[in-house]
Amino acid sequence: MSTAVDTSAAVPLPAEGDGTPLKKRLRRAERRRNLLFGALILPLALVVLVAFIWPIGSLLTIGVDNPEIHDNLPRTLAALEDWNGSAPPAEAAFRALADELAAAKGSPAIAAIAKRLNRENAGYRSLVMKTARKLPLDAAVPAREALVAIDAQWGELATWQAIHRAGGALTPFYLLAAIDRVIDADGNIVAAPEDERIYVDVLLRTFWMSLIVTVCCLTLGFSVAYLMASLSTRHSNMLMIFVLLPFWTSVLVRVAAWIVLLQNEGLVNRLLMWLGLTDSPLQLLFNRFGVYVAMVHILLPFMVLPLYSVMKGISPVYMRAALSLGCPPFRSFWKIYFPQTLPGIGAGGLLVFIMCMGYYITPALLGGPKEQMLSYFIAFYTNQTINWGMAAALSAVLLAATLLLYMVYARYLGPTRVKYMKAR
Amino acid sequence: MKHAASFLRAAVLVALGGVVGTASADITVISFGGASQKAQDKAYYAPFAKATGVRVVAGEYNGEQAKVKAMVEAGNVTWDVLEVESPELVRGCEEGLFEKIDFAQVGDKADFVPAAVNECGVGIFVWSTALAYNADRLKEAPTSWADFWNVDKFPGKRGLRKGAKYTLEFALLADGVPTSDVYKVLATPAGVDRAFAKLDKLKANLQWWEAGAQPPQLLASGDLVMSAAYNGRISAAQVEGKNLKVVWNGSIYDVDSWAIPKGSPNKADALKFIRFASQPENQAVFSGEIAYGPVNLKAVPKIDAKVASGLPTSPENMTGAMATDTEFWVEHGENLEQRFNAWAAR
Repeated sequence: MSTAVDTSAAVPLPAEGDGTPLKKRLRRAERRRNLLFGALILPLALVVLVAFIWPIGSLLTIGVDNPEIHDNLPRTLAALEDWNGSAPPAEAAFRALADELAAAKGSPAIAAIAKRLNRENAGYRSLVMKTARKLPLDAAVPAREALVAIDAQWGELATWQAIHRAGGALTPFYLLAAIDRVIDADGNIVAAPEDERIYVDVLLRTFWMSLIVTVCCLTLGFSVAYLMASLSTRHSNMLMIFVLLPFWTSVLVRVAAWIVLLQNEGLVNRLLMWLGLTDSPLQLLFNRFGVYVAMVHILLPFMVLPLYSVMKGISPVYMRAALSLGCPPFRSFWKIYFPQTLPGIGAGGLLVFIMCMGYYITPALLGGPKEQMLSYFIAFYTNQTINWGMAAALSAVLLAATLLLYMVYARYLGPTRVKYMKAR
Repeated sequence: MKHAASFLRAAVLVALGGVVGTASADITVISFGGASQKAQDKAYYAPFAKATGVRVVAGEYNGEQAKVKAMVEAGNVTWDVLEVESPELVRGCEEGLFEKIDFAQVGDKADFVPAAVNECGVGIFVWSTALAYNADRLKEAPTSWADFWNVDKFPGKRGLRKGAKYTLEFALLADGVPTSDVYKVLATPAGVDRAFAKLDKLKANLQWWEAGAQPPQLLASGDLVMSAAYNGRISAAQVEGKNLKVVWNGSIYDVDSWAIPKGSPNKADALKFIRFASQPENQAVFSGEIAYGPVNLKAVPKIDAKVASGLPTSPENMTGAMATDTEFWVEHGENLEQRFNAWAAR
C-alpha cells in the first residue's frame, strides 16, 4: 500500500508527457469519443429534427397562430387597448380602422381580415368587403358617422368586440374548438352549442374503433402466428407469403376490392341470397361493418409479424416440460406459452392501435359520416375550408391522445413491465 | 437558388412526363376528372394542341383549394389553368390565389352569360345538381324533392353529396320553400334549423357520396333508388345504356370557371387556352360530349336540338330550377359545413 502511495508521489503520473494530468487526458479522450459518436448519429438527429420535430412544432404553432387581425389592423387594436367593451369605442378607433381597411383594400390582407372575422360571426366577411369597397373615407367627415352610414353594424358593440377578441397574436380559439369549447362574450370557457359539438365524440369514436380493430386483429392474428410458428419452415414460408401478399398490395386496391365484394349486388350478398340466408341484400357497405372488415384485413400483417417473431423465439421445451409434468394442455398453454408471447402482443397491439388512430382513407371510402375518425376532419379543414388553424389544433389533439396512449402502454405493458411479468 | 429550383422543376417534368423541352411547350390544365375531363379533352385540349402546338397536360383534383394555396404560397406553381366552382373562384380571387384576367383578351363580355364573367375567372360551362333516379327500380317517377323525402311511396336508400352545399337547399325545397326564397330562409338561424330538421326525417335512409362519379354507379348497382347527382354524369351513364333519369324540377345550376393560379409560368399560353375554350364552336363540341350547357351564348344555335334539350340551359329544364347563390356560400359556407359535419357524425 505504502509503496503504491510512494510511487504515485515519486513519479507524478499525471505530469507525464506533455504535463497534463491523467484525469484531464482521460476526459479529453472521452470527449473525443463522444464527439465521434455524436458525428455518427448527427445525420439521424438532423433527419429527426428536419422531418419530425420541426414540422410537428410548426404545425402546433399554426394551431395557436392568429396573425390576421394582429398584423393587419395594429393601429385599430392600439386604439381599442383601453376600451372597456361596454360603450362604442372612441372616434380614433373608427378612424384607424377606416385607414387600415383602405390600405388593405385590393390585397390578400383584406381577405384575411374578412375571413378571420367571419369565423367570429358569419356575415362579417361581406361587412368588411363591402366597407373596403367604399373606402377611403373623406378626411373631413367623422369616421364613425361615415362607417355607420356604410353599414349599421359598425355602430354595434358586438362588431368591435369581435375585432377585439380576434386581435391577439396567439389564440386558444382553435384548440378549444377542437375539444368542443368556445369562449363566450364574458371571456369564460364554456361548452360549444349543442348542435356544433362534435370532436370529443369523434375522438372517443376514434379510440373505440381502434380498440375493436386491434382486438379483432389480435384474435385472428394470434392463431395464424401460432400456426406459422409451429409448422415446418416450408409450410410456414408458404403461409408467410399469404400474409405478406396483401401487405404488399396498395391500400386503395384492397379498399376497392372490398367495395366490389360488399356492395348490394356484390359477391357476398349474392352468395348469401343464393344460399337462402337472406331475401334482400344486406347493407354491408357504408357502415361500421364494412370499415371494420377492411381495416382488420389491412392491419392484420402488422399484428401477425411481431407475434410470429416472438413465438418463433419461444423454445418448445417449456411446453413439453409442462405437459410431461402433468399440466393439462390448455393450462400449460395459458400458464407457460401465452405469457411468453406478451411482448409480441404488446408490440403488435400498439402498432395496430396507433396506425388505426390515424386512419383516413378506409373509413372515408367504406364508411358513412358516423364512421369518420379524427383524420377525416383534419383533411376536411386542410383541403376543403382551408382552415389550417383548426386542422393543426385537431392534429395536436390526435398527437396528444396518441402520446398519452403510448405512455400508458410504456407504463403497464412496456418492455420492462413485460420482463417483470415473465420473471414472475 | 434559382438555378437549383429550375433544375428541380425540369427534373420533375422529365420524371413526370418524360418530355424534355422548353417549359413553354406545355401547359397543365387541371379539372375535376371523369366524364367531364374526357369531354374537355375532345373539345378543348386536343384541338388546342393541334391549333397552337402547345401541348395540354391534363390533371385532376377534387376542388381542394388548399393545393392551389400551398402552391402559390411556396412560389412553386405547376398548374397553369384550373377548373373551379364559383364560391372558390370568389374566395381565391380575394385571397390573391388567382391572376386577374383581362376579359378583352378572351372575348366580348356581351356574348357570355353574366355568371361567366369574373375578375379572376372565365366560365366554362353551366352544370346542374339534380334529382336522378334509376327508372328500372322505381315503378313511378319522382317529380320533386318532396318525393325524394317520401319514403313510403318510394322505399329505398337515397344519396346526397356529403356537405352542406345543395343538401340544405334541397331540404328546404322538399319542405315547401319556393325556389326564390330558399337563400332568404337559409340566411336565418330558424331557416337553417328547419333544413336540418327536415334532413333528420330522412337521415336513416341517406347515403352520402363525395365524388361525382359515385351516384351513377350507386344508382346503376341498385344501392340507391334516388340521388342528387351532377346532370352530366347521369347523361354519360345514359349513353352507356343505363336507364337513369333526371328530374329538372328543383335542380340547382352553377357555372364552373377557368382560373390561372397566381405566378403560373405559362400565363400567356394559359390565357390563349382560355380564349380558345371560350369560342362558340368549341363550346358547342363540349356540350355535345357531355350534357353541360355553354356559357358563350353564340354557341347555343350551333348545338344539335336533341342535345340541347338535355342541357341545364334549355328553357324547358330551367323551369323550376334555381341558381346557386355564390355570395351566400362564400359567406356562410364554413359555418354551415361545420354544423353539417357535426350533424352528420351524430
